[in-house]
Amino acid sequence: MLEELEEIRKRHLEMIKAAADPESLNEERVSALGKKGDLTSLLKTLKNIAPADRPAAGQRINAVRREIEQALAEATSRMEAKQQEIRLSQETIDVTLPAKRIRYGHSHPNTKALREMEKIFIGMGYEVVEGPEIEKDYYNFEALNIPANHPAKDEQDTFYINGEMLLRTQTSGTQIHEMEKGKIPIRMIAPGRVYRADEVDATHSPVFHQVEGLVVDKGITFADLKGTLDMFAKELFGADTRTRFRPHHFPFTEPSAEMDVSCFKCGGKGCRFCKGEGWIEILGCGMVHPHVLEMSGIDPEVYSGFAFGVGLERIALLKYGIDDMRLMIENDERFLKQF
Amino acid sequence: MVTSLDWIKKYVPGLSCTDQEYFDKMTMSGTKVEGWKRLDHNLEKIVVGRVEEITKHPDADHLLVCKVNIGSEMLQICTSATNLKVGDVVPVCTDGGRVAGGHDGGPMPENGIKIKAGKMRGVDSQGMMCGIEELGSSRNFYPEAPENGIYVFPKDKEPELGSDAVEALGMHDTVFDYEITSNRVDCYSMIGIAREAAATFDKPFTPPVVTVKENPAVKTADLIKVTIEAPDLCSRYIARVCTDVKIAPSPEWMQKCLRNSGIRPINNLVDITNYVMLEYGQPMHAYDYDTLAGAEIRVRRAKDGETFTTLDDQERKLDHDVLMICDGEKEVGLAGIMGGENSMITDHVKTVLFEAATFDGTNIRKSSKRIGLRTDASGIFEKGLDPRNAEEAINRACQLMVELGCGTPAEGMVDVKQPIPDLRRIKFEPEKINAYLGTDLSAEEMLTIFRKEQLGYDEETKEIVIPSFRQDLKQMCDMAEEVARFHGYDNIPSTLPKSSSTRGGLTDKLAMEDVARDIAERNGFDEAETFSFESPKVFDKLKIEADSPLRNAIRISNPLGEDYSIMRTIPLNGILTSLATNYNRRNKDVRLYELASVYLPIGELPITDYPDERQTLTLGFYGDGDFFTLKGVVEDLFEAYGLIGPHAKENKKIAELAKESARAGHPIDSAERNRVIMDTSEKHPFLHPGRQADILYNGKKFGFLGELHPDVARNYELDDRVYVAVIDLKSILPYISFEPHFEGIAKFPAMTRDISMVVPKSVTARSIEDVILSKGGKILESYRLFDIYEGKQIALGYKSMAYTLTFRNKERTLEEDEVNKAMEKILKGLEELGIVLRS
Repeated sequence: MLEELEEIRKRHLEMIKAAADPESLNEERVSALGKKGDLTSLLKTLKNIAPADRPAAGQRINAVRREIEQALAEATSRMEAKQQEIRLSQETIDVTLPAKRIRYGHSHPNTKALREMEKIFIGMGYEVVEGPEIEKDYYNFEALNIPANHPAKDEQDTFYINGEMLLRTQTSGTQIHEMEKGKIPIRMIAPGRVYRADEVDATHSPVFHQVEGLVVDKGITFADLKGTLDMFAKELFGADTRTRFRPHHFPFTEPSAEMDVSCFKCGGKGCRFCKGEGWIEILGCGMVHPHVLEMSGIDPEVYSGFAFGVGLERIALLKYGIDDMRLMIENDERFLKQF
Repeated sequence: MVTSLDWIKKYVPGLSCTDQEYFDKMTMSGTKVEGWKRLDHNLEKIVVGRVEEITKHPDADHLLVCKVNIGSEMLQICTSATNLKVGDVVPVCTDGGRVAGGHDGGPMPENGIKIKAGKMRGVDSQGMMCGIEELGSSRNFYPEAPENGIYVFPKDKEPELGSDAVEALGMHDTVFDYEITSNRVDCYSMIGIAREAAATFDKPFTPPVVTVKENPAVKTADLIKVTIEAPDLCSRYIARVCTDVKIAPSPEWMQKCLRNSGIRPINNLVDITNYVMLEYGQPMHAYDYDTLAGAEIRVRRAKDGETFTTLDDQERKLDHDVLMICDGEKEVGLAGIMGGENSMITDHVKTVLFEAATFDGTNIRKSSKRIGLRTDASGIFEKGLDPRNAEEAINRACQLMVELGCGTPAEGMVDVKQPIPDLRRIKFEPEKINAYLGTDLSAEEMLTIFRKEQLGYDEETKEIVIPSFRQDLKQMCDMAEEVARFHGYDNIPSTLPKSSSTRGGLTDKLAMEDVARDIAERNGFDEAETFSFESPKVFDKLKIEADSPLRNAIRISNPLGEDYSIMRTIPLNGILTSLATNYNRRNKDVRLYELASVYLPIGELPITDYPDERQTLTLGFYGDGDFFTLKGVVEDLFEAYGLIGPHAKENKKIAELAKESARAGHPIDSAERNRVIMDTSEKHPFLHPGRQADILYNGKKFGFLGELHPDVARNYELDDRVYVAVIDLKSILPYISFEPHFEGIAKFPAMTRDISMVVPKSVTARSIEDVILSKGGKILESYRLFDIYEGKQIALGYKSMAYTLTFRNKERTLEEDEVNKAMEKILKGLEELGIVLRS
């Protein structure tokens, strides 16, 4: 029997070694270890030998079984590895084929610029609010120290609905709405559409956007206005940006100023972009006129404040180097996709 | 406002700065300079020469050869000009020099034209004699210059040979152009700008000292009587009379001042009124006294429908609000705007009446606009003048009359006026100014600034005394601005507000809009921006019914044109126009969205109060995609707002909405709760009748979507299927929630069942899903349509549909039986719809 066992062992180990594919390996497994397999049959003959020799013989048979099992396992994994290798080599792809991308849409450059500005001011504790576009004369003019008959009210600039209602020419009316709520301190910015009777050209549109800013509290100073807007300019245009405040006049602020930033193309040396001046005008600002505070129910002896107004298109055009206002309202996707 | 720097220096003799320094410092102290121009720009090596000999060019008929004496030498110069005579004194550009432009007065090259000695048709020419255009000016400013040819100095004003001809022509000067803000009426004058310049550069200010040498034998009061019948429109009227008027050219110094400030010299009398207008910012008018009937002036309103011929020979139609200057019989001038032809100064004038008045600015502005005549004078009057200025100015004019030998002022003036208010006084509160500005300046530093500006100070009362020319200074904040301007805005520190902290952030509405942007962009839509106003024709273009409330649009009373005259009530036109632009430019597969308002009147038109500005999201596309692409965006949006999907379960605001609907008599079926339902019960005329739906959610409509009606597409020249959606964000706002709700991950296994059906075509997916939802019971987790087919193998009028249903019990493992029972109910329900189940 031992000779037979050795013969079985040898034969099967060789066959396993020679197996070319998983099928023949499986056949080998069945013919060696299966119910009717060689080792099973041999095990059945144990009853023919002397009982005393049976355990030893059984152990021998089991040892061979383990050996064959191991050989089978090794062969299987060898074969799998080989097959995987073949599969991987067949699966080679041309990695230079085009990428698959989800084509997202793009925000309008105005929105991009506004989000940047909102982020800066929200970080400084400003709330973003809105006011009506179809506005009462009072909020657009009178409450801003622009009484009836003021040349700024001239019909050629303002779209009127009728004597009482108009399309707001500035977002400044939002200041009044906010102050009338009577909650101080106020720190707000108010973006929105404004309207002026200008024909469309490379630098004008009858519909455009402003971002209004207002701070009201005890002890607000002109120095605070300078510091706040200087920080805003540095955040928006880069840390190296310098600001310059020039005296100006707005009926609803006193003192008033226009803020220039150092040209971000040439750094202030003077170039074609800044028309050789080194400075670019960005916004108008000033201390809220005490009369304006008073009309909105705020005591100017106790509180003071500053306000500013930025042309959103102006910022977007400057920041992104857009040279024609008309592009902003045509909505050609070849333009929009660049933002 | 334009000034010659030389003229400013008359009042600020110590002023010595480069043009750039003047530009910078004036701008930074608040007198914004827009730009400047050197009048001698590109004028080099131009001297005075006398023509000594003129001969014909031997080889060219159109050329002359001149010998020109420039003092130090005799030059030979060829010229094609024909206006020269021997003895004429002319400007000569010598070899290596430069002139500003060509003789035709066309656009001037940036670097001028270089002049070199050379030969002209074989004859030496050592320079060029210059016409006034070549010197960068025109006959408008040098009326004595010939129409074509070389400028010849007038005989009585011939400068020395060899001297600087540019100097002799008064061209070594710089002209500055300012943007004067509306509060600084005083700066519409040389004296006003000079006052600012003196304060800016800290130099003495020397205004003219005005004294009038009068003829005591003639009294103005005997010559003229003035009556103001409309004191509300004219607060002061001063008349002075000058006799023995002799009209002649004004002296060169005055001509230079006028020319370099952009005014054409005419004669001594006209130049004096113009000079004084520029110098004092006070327009004046001169009448031929002998044309005035009744030796009187009456200032009154015109009668409606009256006409009047102004001195430009135009007949003007008047009304009751136009102020007129009249004599004893007739109208002689449109007050503050233009004089009349009938009292115009001619060369034969013997006696002149000067008028210096203070008219109501608003009235002048409105009248000038209505009449359609805006003049230099009206432009100044409309800003509202200081009544004290009139007196200074009229006396200055009389002083100049004497100085120029133009006439003899009669004694005294006739001055009719409303009481002139006292000078304003403002309490000097240096600590308040410092607190307002964030500065730490001493009282003395501030007073020094005020003194530089010619403001007064009353030591006793500690009040700043405001001169009448500074009508803009009214209270502490104005004084703070003066301190800031001359201390320098740059020298004020930069600080951040120290005060209480505030919470920054977006309103819910803005946060909602940002989410809408994100969803639209994630789905490939680019953001567009279009106008809020449009043409009333849009309604026809969109096939909107004649009686639709959408046609109730708010009208602009003064639009840019009919095409921009109504505030939009529906946002489609903007997006469709933009899609058409893209289509026309052959851009493929374009998807656009816009977030903008529509403007709906509340109540009857015209509106008297705020209308309803409704923020809407509009989506539109052509090319790749279909109705269901848009439906997907809508569902994405509703999910992001917490209205459908897992988060909706914790959104308490929706329950309110359901209750509202119930109260309004539309209780919501449980199967319909928290679902975006495509409601096809009503039709929009601008959409494809079979491919449109309203967006219904918990009983309320939040917008619509669909394929554009081919007629409408054609109206926009869009030759493709176009899909649009309009979502009324304002009505959704009260129900949104961005609160996520985690409901755990299912622990127990699910069971799925597939149903395959043959469905009559008229049965919608919605009605099948309604059955699934209402019969599926609690264990129904989800359902999904995985196949839909029409055509071969399916009978006509039917479609094949297949759903996968998923069942799960959250608390325990499902029993087969439970699912079977649910399925039985569902299948029964489906059969009732006429659906045949396929095995």
